[in-house]
Amino acid sequence: MIKELLNKKDIDRVLSRIAHEIIEKNKGIENICLVGIQRGGVHIAKRLSAKIAAIEQADMPVGSLDISLYRDDIGMRKEQPVVRRTDIPCDITDKKIILVDDVLFTGRSIRAAMDALMDFGRPAEMQLAVLIDRGHRELPIRADYVGKNIPTAMSENIEAQLEEEGLEDRIILQAKE
Amino acid sequence: MRKTMLIKNGHIVDPSQDIDGIGDIIIEDGKIKEIKLKGQGSKTKGQEMETIDASGLYVFPGLVDMHTHLREPGFEHKETIKTGTLAAVRGGITSVCCMPNTNPVNDNRTVTEFILRKAFDEGSCNVYPIGAITKGQKGEELAEMGMMREEGCVAFSDDGMPIMNGSLMRRALEYSKTFNVPIISHCEDLSLSEGGSMNEGALSTQLGLRGIPYASEDVMVARDIILAELTGGRLHIAHVSTEGSVRLIRQAKERGANITAETCPHYFTVTEDAVKGYNTNAKVNPPLRRQKDVEAVREGLKDGTIDIIATDHAPHHKDEKLLEFDRAPSGISGFETALSLSLMLVHYGVLTMSRLVEKTALHPAKILGIDKGTLKAGSDADIAIADMNKEFKVEQDKFISKGKNTPFEGWKLKGMPVITICKGKVYDCRKLIGG
Amino acid sequence: MKDLIGIKELSKEDINVILDTAASFKDVLKRDIKKVPALRGKTVVNLFFEPSTRTKTSFELAEKRISTDVLNFSVPTSSVVKGESLLDTVRTIEAYGVDFIVIRHSSSGVPHFIARNVKASVINAGDGINEHPTQALLDAFSIVEKKGGLNGLKVAIVGDITHSRVAKSNVYLLSKFGAHIRLVGPPTLIPDMAGYGVEVFYNMEDGLKDVDVIMMLRIQTERQGKGFFPSTLEYFKNWGLDTQRLELADKDAVVMHPGPMNRGIEISSDVADSAQSIILDQVTNGIAVRMAVMYLLGGAKENA
Repeated sequence: MIKELLNKKDIDRVLSRIAHEIIEKNKGIENICLVGIQRGGVHIAKRLSAKIAAIEQADMPVGSLDISLYRDDIGMRKEQPVVRRTDIPCDITDKKIILVDDVLFTGRSIRAAMDALMDFGRPAEMQLAVLIDRGHRELPIRADYVGKNIPTAMSENIEAQLEEEGLEDRIILQAKE
Repeated sequence: MRKTMLIKNGHIVDPSQDIDGIGDIIIEDGKIKEIKLKGQGSKTKGQEMETIDASGLYVFPGLVDMHTHLREPGFEHKETIKTGTLAAVRGGITSVCCMPNTNPVNDNRTVTEFILRKAFDEGSCNVYPIGAITKGQKGEELAEMGMMREEGCVAFSDDGMPIMNGSLMRRALEYSKTFNVPIISHCEDLSLSEGGSMNEGALSTQLGLRGIPYASEDVMVARDIILAELTGGRLHIAHVSTEGSVRLIRQAKERGANITAETCPHYFTVTEDAVKGYNTNAKVNPPLRRQKDVEAVREGLKDGTIDIIATDHAPHHKDEKLLEFDRAPSGISGFETALSLSLMLVHYGVLTMSRLVEKTALHPAKILGIDKGTLKAGSDADIAIADMNKEFKVEQDKFISKGKNTPFEGWKLKGMPVITICKGKVYDCRKLIGG
Repeated sequence: MKDLIGIKELSKEDINVILDTAASFKDVLKRDIKKVPALRGKTVVNLFFEPSTRTKTSFELAEKRISTDVLNFSVPTSSVVKGESLLDTVRTIEAYGVDFIVIRHSSSGVPHFIARNVKASVINAGDGINEHPTQALLDAFSIVEKKGGLNGLKVAIVGDITHSRVAKSNVYLLSKFGAHIRLVGPPTLIPDMAGYGVEVFYNMEDGLKDVDVIMMLRIQTERQGKGFFPSTLEYFKNWGLDTQRLELADKDAVVMHPGPMNRGIEISSDVADSAQSIILDQVTNGIAVRMAVMYLLGGAKENA
């Protein structure tokens, strides 16, 4: 049983709003760097940066971050997660970093992402933007920008299917097998 | 009161008398009294004697294994005369010749006497010691062959320590003529095999193991044949493993050279592939070779180039085989699989049963000059009874031998010894289980 | 996968995963903070039964940069001969509670033997004249970095192939990826490698013609006097790599060497230091590849 929560249009609207919120909260985009968490977050970060650039008529650095090496469950799974590219395009020290992810769940990925980023420098501040917040936090972490809050059961899965992965843009909810 | 026994209705194979048919054997006081073949004379009455029903089974002279290591004295953790001879009996073997590489080396009559006394006291089968050719098997000075011969040695060999010095080998072959005893040569040119632990070839490269080229064996076979021809000594070539050796021996025999040759079950059964995975139980010297060598050895058995089958039973302690491959000792514990592996040759049509018995009993006895390997009236009742069609799995843990080192673990074989009669005792091989 | 025993035991897919993962670790090594917490809490023992400086240093650095606790256990084989058996040594070490055993041993097959007997992940850091899998992986990584791939490349491996575990592992790896492998050296030092599609050249000039990669091997001077070749001078004259010979190869050919080099014996200084030499890249890449291997083997064990 698959339930569609957001379609292509919804996603686009939500991202437009977040783009505006980021600009508003930071009073422009000076000193800002977007960092997407592999994999979904990377695509969202790129889309956000395009929207912000269109509004502000200026570019900002966009990076990607792989958190595999910072996870807290290494050695507990049989197969190690695939390590993807990390590309931080600027010196992050004294920058405002906006971490971007597709779905915020337990908060463990964000914890890992923060640790990973700290190894690159000492940012002035870190903010968090997510497309979906599905609750069930296991760490004291909250997002600064949320596309949509969706209450879920632990027995459910949320998946952000994105065009960049060769799929049709949509957010779906399904029961775990 | 005379003790008589009857083996009834078995398929008797005794090439010494050209017997190959169903019949009965009567044993009296541990000696063969009479063989009655079916359709010849009156039926044997068995009411008043101990009777073994051998219907459907082969009955033949117990194996005479002229190449074994009993390890005693000196290496009792590997094997003792007691365990080794009982393991032999479980394998249908009734006489064994033990190589001199004990500690101390059997290079003098005192050690020979010790072995014979132990064998008399504790041995389940007949034991014939082989004396060292040179003192301490060092390849330097001849040992006292004459005195050892007198004490009971039936042949001489430095076995695993081949005599590299050609002149000394020549003298040994010459000197041995005094006593008309065979000189058994483990043919290996040590300079060619140095550092090697398996057959040399693509597989040794693949396993990263230093190889022993076939040339290491062939070169020495050639040398020793030439020396035998020069001297007229009796040369017996141990454990032939290569195509080249078979060819050299065949050519020499065609010339009429006074030589005999042996091989072992592993050389006509498995290839070097058994070493894969660094299986130290498949480490043996000479090493297991290629398929074409296995085939050449079988061909050599078939056409008579190779006279006998011996086990080269070389038991080792488990811990000694649990080592780095290149540091583990060579050797296969062979007593308890030899007859079954040999019977496979009959199944494959390589040998008839009668030819097999020649190679496992009659020929070795002749080479050694001992009164064994035959069921002629008056000879010792050393008898093996085998079930040709019994299938079973090789289980090293059930070996009586202390050496569990076999590359045949888990193999399914067809044909096994069921009863062995030796030194007046009857053993049920199926009930002999070690631990 | 529990162990890295040899290239022979790996599939092409396994190797690709290792090389891809190594690329991410190479990025890590470019950062100011070169350490990641991936294997925090895991313990590695470097069990070296044979002296080694380079491989051991490379492993140790990789182990530290992936946050394992490192234990060094160097045993000269001679003292093992007298005392406890290899199995006892290894079981003792396992009882310390280690997760990885990096092993180098002068006997081929020892890593296989240990892997069968312990639960820890075993990484072969060189066994006898059998394999040196992490070296072949780092060599492949270095070639791919420069050439973009392995398929169809002409690779000459030059020197003592018989006694080189580096050469063997490289042959196994390159043959899986469709490279054209040439073994170049004196006939006394080229083993039977039937089944791996290698071409054998005793003549250095013929062997180097148009190749894309030249892998030089270290010549052990002890081989001289054992009949493998008469002198290092004659060896260099026939199979040494100098500028003139390098010109026979493709103009973009890269020169590799697993180190330590014998300058003037198998390779001339000007070649070793030339722009075509990627010998130092190999050293850096070695750390990334070893981190990748440890990371990938660091998953949960079935019987852990």
